[in-house]
Amino acid sequence: MAVDPLIELRDVNKYFGELHVLRDIGLTVGKGEVVVVIGPSGSGKSTLCRTINRLETIQSGTILLDGRPLPEEGRALARLRAEVGMVFQSFNLFAHKTVLQNVSLAQTKVRRRGRDDADRRSLELLERVGLAAHAGMYPAQLSGGQQQRVAIARALAMEPKALLFDEPTSALDPEMINEVLEVMRQLARDGMTMVVVTHEMGFARSAAHRVVFMADGRVVEDRAPEEFFTAPRSERARDFLSKILKH
Amino acid sequence: MNVLTDNFATFARGFLGTVELTVYASLLALLLGFLMASFRVAPVASFRMFGTVWVTVLRNTPLTLLFFAVLLGLPRFGLVLPFQVFAVIALGCYTSAFICEALRAGINTVPRGQGEAARSLGMSFGQTLGVVVLPQAFRAVIPPIGSTLIALAKNSAIAGAFSVTELLGTYKTLSELGYNIVWTFVWIAVGYLIITLAISALFNLMERKWGIAR
Repeated sequence: MAVDPLIELRDVNKYFGELHVLRDIGLTVGKGEVVVVIGPSGSGKSTLCRTINRLETIQSGTILLDGRPLPEEGRALARLRAEVGMVFQSFNLFAHKTVLQNVSLAQTKVRRRGRDDADRRSLELLERVGLAAHAGMYPAQLSGGQQQRVAIARALAMEPKALLFDEPTSALDPEMINEVLEVMRQLARDGMTMVVVTHEMGFARSAAHRVVFMADGRVVEDRAPEEFFTAPRSERARDFLSKILKH
Repeated sequence: MNVLTDNFATFARGFLGTVELTVYASLLALLLGFLMASFRVAPVASFRMFGTVWVTVLRNTPLTLLFFAVLLGLPRFGLVLPFQVFAVIALGCYTSAFICEALRAGINTVPRGQGEAARSLGMSFGQTLGVVVLPQAFRAVIPPIGSTLIALAKNSAIAGAFSVTELLGTYKTLSELGYNIVWTFVWIAVGYLIITLAISALFNLMERKWGIAR
């Protein structure tokens, strides 16, 4: 899929103090592409995901979004973040707001939509993730899977160009994982550009256009899922796959 | 015993003086404390620095010294205001340091992810703080802010030493008139109790209404 690049990382380096967590990362994600990032814990995959909307700053290298470099802290950065949705491992729904308010809040505050307009759109999106009936409830009253689906609706409400998923199913009970993955598969089918950090190999196989395997802060492999899973090139990837696919 | 009934007007003036000092200084302290807390969590380093210096200086200065600095120092720089206003400034600034720290503690009780989620949706720092973080922090800070304002009410007694009309200062007038000092102080204490218990009641009410449900 050699199409227009939407997200580009060039020679990105990041340190947490002494720890070199991202080493010369180069990664390009095209429009409409679904890239799944996998790797052992501590490999830097979550950090990589968070640098793309600058929740983590980098020490060197460039990150381009739609051809433009990521702005510094300030209004321009806020505008850009509105264009790149993010879904977190721990959902991070606003605990003091109802489901509907969670989805509408940024629409009114950032996109300056009227309340009725925002709520109408929120309800459509909640319908899409199957939770319109829960609009009046608070996040704490929902299951983890339901909360994550609301979080996806909240991100979609900004009409982002791309969505980042930082281990979206890692905090979920096994039986709830599928309902979230199903929503994500639907988004992928609809042509959303997605970067997904996950341990769900099934999802990587079925929905990803590319699999990026990271270890020790480096991109070790970047290939089509079938090739990667059936014939990984690197020793590190073979070792990783043998550990997680055995059981 | 009849020190109260004989001098009700004096007591009332003092009582009102303390109430005024408490209310105005509280408003100033809440406003400044809020501002400084925002500074201390701001993404801009110089703002954080300013907030830290503000808190460190004011929290570690004895209040009496601060009164001297404000009431005697500011007029030297050409700023001449009624003593009551100076007293409000001194009390308000001093207490703002404690309010700031209580608020910051409250902000720290809100999980990091809440702020990250707000920012990832494109909200500005001000919106993130105002719409997402502070409303959740607010529930946790009701009790410590109540305590701080009670301390402020009692600290306002220092203003009496600088000839501001307030409750404790009434003892001078009354002891010059020959009234029993013990009973004078008992009634003064009752006056302070009325104010501090009123603050407690207000904050209990707020906690019941908005506090964290467990």
